[in-house]
Amino acid sequence: MNRFDYVRAGSVAEAVAAAAEPGAAYLAAGTNLLDLMKGGLTRPGRLVDVTHLPGLDRIEHLPDGGVRIGALVRNSDLAYDAGFAKAHPAVAEALLSGASAQLRNAATVAGNLLQRTRCPYFYDPASACNKRDPGAGCDARGGETRLHAVLGWSEHCIATHPSDFCVPLVSLDAVLEIEGRAGAREVPLEALYRLPDDRPDRETVLEPGDLIVALRLPPQAAAFAGHSRYLKVRDRTSYAFAVVSVAASLRLDGGGIGEARIALGGVALKPWRARAAEAVLAGAEPSEANFRAAADAALTDARPSGDNAFKIELARRLIVRTLARAAAGTPDRMPALPASAFSGDALHA
Amino acid sequence: MTFHLTLTVNGESRAIDLDDPRVTLLDLLRERLGLTGSKKGCDRGQCGACTVLVNGRRVNACLALAVSLDGAEILTIEGLARGEQLHPVQAAFIEHDGFQCGFCTPGQIMSAVGLIREGHAGDDPERIREGMSGNLCRCGAYIGITQAVLEAQARLSAEQGEAA
Repeated sequence: MNRFDYVRAGSVAEAVAAAAEPGAAYLAAGTNLLDLMKGGLTRPGRLVDVTHLPGLDRIEHLPDGGVRIGALVRNSDLAYDAGFAKAHPAVAEALLSGASAQLRNAATVAGNLLQRTRCPYFYDPASACNKRDPGAGCDARGGETRLHAVLGWSEHCIATHPSDFCVPLVSLDAVLEIEGRAGAREVPLEALYRLPDDRPDRETVLEPGDLIVALRLPPQAAAFAGHSRYLKVRDRTSYAFAVVSVAASLRLDGGGIGEARIALGGVALKPWRARAAEAVLAGAEPSEANFRAAADAALTDARPSGDNAFKIELARRLIVRTLARAAAGTPDRMPALPASAFSGDALHA
Repeated sequence: MTFHLTLTVNGESRAIDLDDPRVTLLDLLRERLGLTGSKKGCDRGQCGACTVLVNGRRVNACLALAVSLDGAEILTIEGLARGEQLHPVQAAFIEHDGFQCGFCTPGQIMSAVGLIREGHAGDDPERIREGMSGNLCRCGAYIGITQAVLEAQARLSAEQGEAA
């Protein structure tokens, strides 16, 4: 690990000023940052510790029915907040399907959103990577591409974003509250992430010094609580990143679908909102044929980035299965294996 | 620059002077405080051998900077038994053969203590396996580990019932 200056910020303003300097990075739990620093993949000259900032670790249920989640709330605290999990079950399920219990206990929600890709070529200093070293090339092309993108990728980068949490959040229109050198602003979570294009080293729209202080879900998000699921296909039952994941939420209106929200994980460098699929389902019956039509619409623009064409069909099938589970209703209790596509919920009720 | 921090380690308040902010909690425990029970397996948060409780919650000590934890309460495997009396999770691991080589065991036990405190596993082996998935055992003692956690959980909740 490189040497660095350690600064413990006493206020948000102090943190922003300290982190705006070139080479500075924020430190929250550090579960991803320290891993990257131990591998020599990132070498910040200064770490600005924000974990002692007051007031950023609260979950506030807002009078309008929305919820405001402080940036330093730990992943497990949010997933196990009874009021939050009841209103936003797919978000809680996604959180509990990510990482391990130890990591969820430490990692913060804002850190989760800002974690880096787990592309093995990004992590291997001996491999060429345009994200790590702009212009170097991309050794993932023609390599092992099981965890790589089928949507929104470019010749320069085929990595995926690894977060589970951000997938249902994007489907539910989460908004970030950001403090920066120019003051406070809000950014929709979906607009936080950049697609790779020809600059995969520019991962988000954040400017030097920008600090995420909270994320909010609007009151409309809770309208899906009764029919909201997250399913994740991975190479082992637990503690693995998604090959493909799906967040699906339905607002049923009489016998039909009033509104649908769908987003995909593991398929692109950002959580992928499937608006075309949502449009197919608006006003439709919750039938398998309509779920298939929605799945086809979601993957219209998909193309393999290597030996991973199977992910396109896998994503279609997982959309159909997640929609069917959402239509059947959110289970009363969190499944024993959160987000498992294979264990029937009835077995673990 | 020296960083002064105070940690409560296994119930004892320790004033610590750190000359380098790069020291992880795991390296502090093992190399500076002589507490070598917590193990360095992968050192990257993947194996769970370094699991300790920080403020009552299980975390990977290898992925936490000690300097950032100023004021925290740390519980390691060395602080679990009361004198010669083993913690119920320790006793259950022996009873159910929850290990072979023993390298992952301190992390397994601290993770199980954390899991039981979190209170979401109940008596369901599937929930216990899921809750323990951050701890790898290269010897494959998972069946014994699951049985040990189930029994310790039952014993601890019975004791809690009696206390109430």
